[in-house]
Amino acid sequence: MDLTVHVKKKLGTFFLDADFTVQGNSVGIFGPSGGGKSTLISLVAGLRHPDQGFISLDGETLFDSTRGLHMPPEHRRIGIVFQRPHLFPHLSVKSNLLFGYRRCDPRYRRITLDTLVQVMQIEHLLHRGVRHLSGGEKQRVAIGRAVLSNPRLLLMDEPLSAVDDSLKFQIISYLKKTCEAFDIPYLFISHALVEMRVMTDRVITLADGRVTGQVTAEGLARAEMGHAARYVNLIRLSSPRHINSLYAYRWGGGELLLSTDTGPEEGLFQLPSTDIILFKRHPEAISARNLLKCRVSELFETGGRVGVVLNYGGEQLVAVVVGESVRELDIAEGVEIYAAIKATAFRLLG
Amino acid sequence: MILGHSDYLAILLSLKVASVATILSLPFGFAVAYLMTYRRFRGIVVLDVIVNLPLTLPPVVIGYLLLLLLGQHGWVGRYVLQPLGIKLIFTWKAAVIATAVVGFPLMVRSIRTGMETIDQRLVQASRTLGAGWFDTIVTVIAPLSIRGLIAGSILMFARGLGEFGATIVVAGNIPGITQTIPLAIYEYVSSPRGDAIAIALCLISICISVAVLVFYEWLGRRMVRAD
Repeated sequence: MDLTVHVKKKLGTFFLDADFTVQGNSVGIFGPSGGGKSTLISLVAGLRHPDQGFISLDGETLFDSTRGLHMPPEHRRIGIVFQRPHLFPHLSVKSNLLFGYRRCDPRYRRITLDTLVQVMQIEHLLHRGVRHLSGGEKQRVAIGRAVLSNPRLLLMDEPLSAVDDSLKFQIISYLKKTCEAFDIPYLFISHALVEMRVMTDRVITLADGRVTGQVTAEGLARAEMGHAARYVNLIRLSSPRHINSLYAYRWGGGELLLSTDTGPEEGLFQLPSTDIILFKRHPEAISARNLLKCRVSELFETGGRVGVVLNYGGEQLVAVVVGESVRELDIAEGVEIYAAIKATAFRLLG
Repeated sequence: MILGHSDYLAILLSLKVASVATILSLPFGFAVAYLMTYRRFRGIVVLDVIVNLPLTLPPVVIGYLLLLLLGQHGWVGRYVLQPLGIKLIFTWKAAVIATAVVGFPLMVRSIRTGMETIDQRLVQASRTLGAGWFDTIVTVIAPLSIRGLIAGSILMFARGLGEFGATIVVAGNIPGITQTIPLAIYEYVSSPRGDAIAIALCLISICISVAVLVFYEWLGRRMVRAD
């Protein structure tokens, strides 16, 4: 995807003035609610007209106010997954899925119903009415419907905001897996940092109707650390081994011991950076079940706190400490340090 | 039975006029409701006033205006109907037009109410999935407006059965040709020994109206169950 947006749009008292060019297949738009994210999406999709400006996608002009050009949404081949599923209530699941596919020029039909159903595991839903689906199932069908229209770009407008927390990361994994399986570039809109980091590589930040920067998802998480959000490590763990009351997962140069309420889970776990305690020397006795001998690979400072990037057998962890601790423990790039993590500090995301 | 041949014809004509007026108005009613719900254009207020005017005008006024417009000396009558050899005034077709004009605002209001409940995101989803505006109207807006369409049709049909003022001016009161139930009742009430037939026609009128309302309720309940 190569997207250029240079638009101005006034809506009541709100004014959007967005100017950016972005390349990449998984791009995020991050910002607070009311910052203009959804307006920007509707302009890219063609659902609203900018007051003035220019939008192009992969070299094709979608909107140009100087030439009076406005490509209608049905010709843009840009799919949208909204906050809520918005399935057509008068159609079956199968007809909903095929709505866009049937209207897609046969030249562009790469993804078929059979392959989509296989990848998204929704075969059992096909012949149901949409009123007989759970919230998570509805959103999966909505994702499938947008994907099956074989878009060249998929816009996701906070697609997880209306989904229960327990289902969020299940849906995220569907989204990611589906887009990767069919090689569909996407713009992912969210104000949730963790979702942004899981879904995207590059992130455009938007506030008060203006683009404030373009960073990597990791860079954004580190920058936000000093503000309201705390940095959270995202760790993918699999193949657990049962040891007494804990589960051991192979990770980095050794094993991580986790105590989970739900049993031997696999998937993406979050570990708050503030739940990692650093020791200069090996503490002889400690209640935390994980004591990792790491090497400091980087230090970064945001808003009076210091992020210590630890390397553990090729894997990376970020611990956040205050500046005083860095000085007292002589933490610097290249030094060895012990990181203690409680077995209960991990939480499965999905 | 006390009813004569012309009375049966009046009953049939009432049903025919109300049905044809409703069916003819349906596409126009849908189109106007669509314009007023989904399109923003200059003159929307003017359209709104014109569509709703028959609700507030006395039906006799509407009938007289139609007579002026469609009659031999009217614009439409002289320049459109006469060259085509069409005669409307004092035929059952004039009754259809009068009924359609009087009932039209009721139909548009009902369809509009139905359309306004459609989630705009569904329309947007349809467009981004490759459906053009007309495709979206046919495959999304129309099926989701079905309640409004049915309610509007039934309301207009019921209103059409009772149409009197505009019809008598534009179509006259010719037994067997333009005489509908209300016109027949009016004639019997005005004649010395017509009370019995007038009451019989009133009862028939009540029966048809009750049947229409029962059908409407039944359909509504069925739709709620289908949800």
